Amino acid sequence: MKKMGFILASTASLLMAGAAYATDVKIGVLNDRSGIYADIAGEGSVIAAQMAAEDFKAADKGINVSVVSADHQNKPDVGSNIARQWYDTENVDVIADVPTSSVALAVNEITKEKNKIFLASGPASSDLTGKACSPNTVHWTYDTWALANGTGSAMVAQGGDSWFFVTADYAFGHALERDTSAVVEASGGKVLGAVRHPFPGQDFSSFLLQAQGSGAKVVGLANAGGDTINAVKQASEFGITQGGQSLAALLMFINDVHALSLEVAQGLVLTGAFYWDMNDQTREFSARFQERNAGQKPSMIEAGVYASVLHYLKAVEAVGDKDAAKVMAKMKEMPTDDPLFGKGTIRADGRKLHDMYLFRVKKPDQSKGAWDYFETVATIPADKAFRPLADGNCPLVK
Amino acid sequence: MFELLGIPPQVLFGQLLLGLINGSFYAVLSLGLAVIFGLLNIINFTHGAQYMLGAFGAWMLLNYLGVGYWWAVLIVPPIVGLTGIVLERVLIRRLYHLDHLYGLLLTFGLALIIVGFFRQFFGVSGLPYPPPPLLTGGHNLGFMYLPNSRAWVILASLIVCLATWFIIEKTRLGAYLRAATENPTMVGAFGINVPLLVTLTYGFGVALAGFAGVLAAPIYAVNPNMGADLIIVVFAVVVIGGMGSILGSILTGFGLGLIEGLTRVFYPEGSAVVIFVIMALVLLVKPAGLFGRSA
Repeated sequence: MKKMGFILASTASLLMAGAAYATDVKIGVLNDRSGIYADIAGEGSVIAAQMAAEDFKAADKGINVSVVSADHQNKPDVGSNIARQWYDTENVDVIADVPTSSVALAVNEITKEKNKIFLASGPASSDLTGKACSPNTVHWTYDTWALANGTGSAMVAQGGDSWFFVTADYAFGHALERDTSAVVEASGGKVLGAVRHPFPGQDFSSFLLQAQGSGAKVVGLANAGGDTINAVKQASEFGITQGGQSLAALLMFINDVHALSLEVAQGLVLTGAFYWDMNDQTREFSARFQERNAGQKPSMIEAGVYASVLHYLKAVEAVGDKDAAKVMAKMKEMPTDDPLFGKGTIRADGRKLHDMYLFRVKKPDQSKGAWDYFETVATIPADKAFRPLADGNCPLVK
Repeated sequence: MFELLGIPPQVLFGQLLLGLINGSFYAVLSLGLAVIFGLLNIINFTHGAQYMLGAFGAWMLLNYLGVGYWWAVLIVPPIVGLTGIVLERVLIRRLYHLDHLYGLLLTFGLALIIVGFFRQFFGVSGLPYPPPPLLTGGHNLGFMYLPNSRAWVILASLIVCLATWFIIEKTRLGAYLRAATENPTMVGAFGINVPLLVTLTYGFGVALAGFAGVLAAPIYAVNPNMGADLIIVVFAVVVIGGMGSILGSILTGFGLGLIEGLTRVFYPEGSAVVIFVIMALVLLVKPAGLFGRSA
């Protein structure tokens, strides 16, 4: 009886609120929660999604947000099963994050098939807005083309005109190697060879020795997370840089630098979309995030989850409905504006456009302490940072 | 100079040496497993976690107590071995009269708990462990640059492997161990404390894993998952060598390291599976493993 009364009362108050509508939105954060990418996404991305809902004050706006999460273990089959289950039986409306390109490409397809929304922050493969582009996907934070364009061009400009790649043997590594090779060759450089290492790997000495033997000026690491950490650590052990070759960590996160220590990582040039210490807004968010995420500053992936969920919720509010087609149209129509990435837009192929940055890892004596790791070398403006729409061969824009 | 399948000999020698270095880890780890399986009939799936404990032990000594690498090499393996002894006394010994599978499930579960615990506290990216001054730098061997840290790995693991083999095959204590493996009741009847022998053997096997972990700390990222992937390979090594065979596990460890190293040159994409392919082939031809005796 009491319960009934409560329901009646709440219904009445809803009716009295007049314009108020109640939309239940369920966001599924799908990523690696235990393996080599768990620190750059993992629980941090879940926290970021929750913070987006809180900061948006979704509840006050009649949007009831719930966030669920799962571990895809970096396996496309595991990730696909979770995505299907979420969409089919658990009423998940949006899947967010999904690092590991092979898993993301699978989730991309399933999301299109089920007509839901995929806010891709974690994955890198530029195919998500290229040949595999989907009307249901926004690729938020970065992609292999942007990384290649940033770090690749910078290295060639510094005289690194011959390359050898050490590549993670799956969709992401292949895409990163392909996109970087294109940049190197377009800038007049040469690719001398590549070696594909099993994913995830632990011992990179054989591959590094092959890179050393190639005589290439630049050894490009087309891998990420724990693989990059181990490869950089061992490259220093085998004297790659002392031998006159430069190391290009094509995808490196602040957490990787934290794990490597500045002694080992100093001087590396990397491309990123976000750094916690860029302005007051990023610092404010990062301090709050760090408190909730076991003392770790946000990676650009986690920042991307926050920003993409925020933009999604704005679109849901504007549409007044969570219909995937309408919300996607709204997301692309509305310019984006958030404290972490500033102002931006979402292109027809799903590519989110914002400035990218070329960072250099500080020397130990330049750093004021933990997490003070990057200095900004250059800002790559949004219109130069990502692959031109016409070059992506996205079927949506033909 | 001659070339083999288009690979210059310098590259080949370098890769062979690297294979040997990786083989050192396989050898020390599979040796521990073989010792434990030989005497306890337990398939110790906690081995990877205990290897990780070794690396974390070294890291903790350095960061919490300021104790350096060389002391860690001496102190950490016995400590890790001691944790093994506690596990054996409290949990594992209750399963001796049951099927192998129970031991496997228990040790596998323990491994998940230990790794999960460390993951919760330290994350997965790993922690930096700077190599001691003596192990930084390296030597140019003409065909490759050999970092001192890797040379030390080969040397240390060879010494440990040979010493273990010597103790088990050539000393009186080893004779007791081998006898207890064959027939524990009979050895007990001679007044030898077999349960104690079993406990110490488990502790020793675990200490070997901890030792390998300390060796790995300056080379690989010290992270909670470091043992998980390695241990599967090491199990394949033990199976190929023959479960419980001491010499078999040492030789197979180094040998498979070499083969894996060569695969990384000729067909790198296959380097993750080559050991399992060999395992399948060996099991087809010699089900007891290369050095194992068929029951």
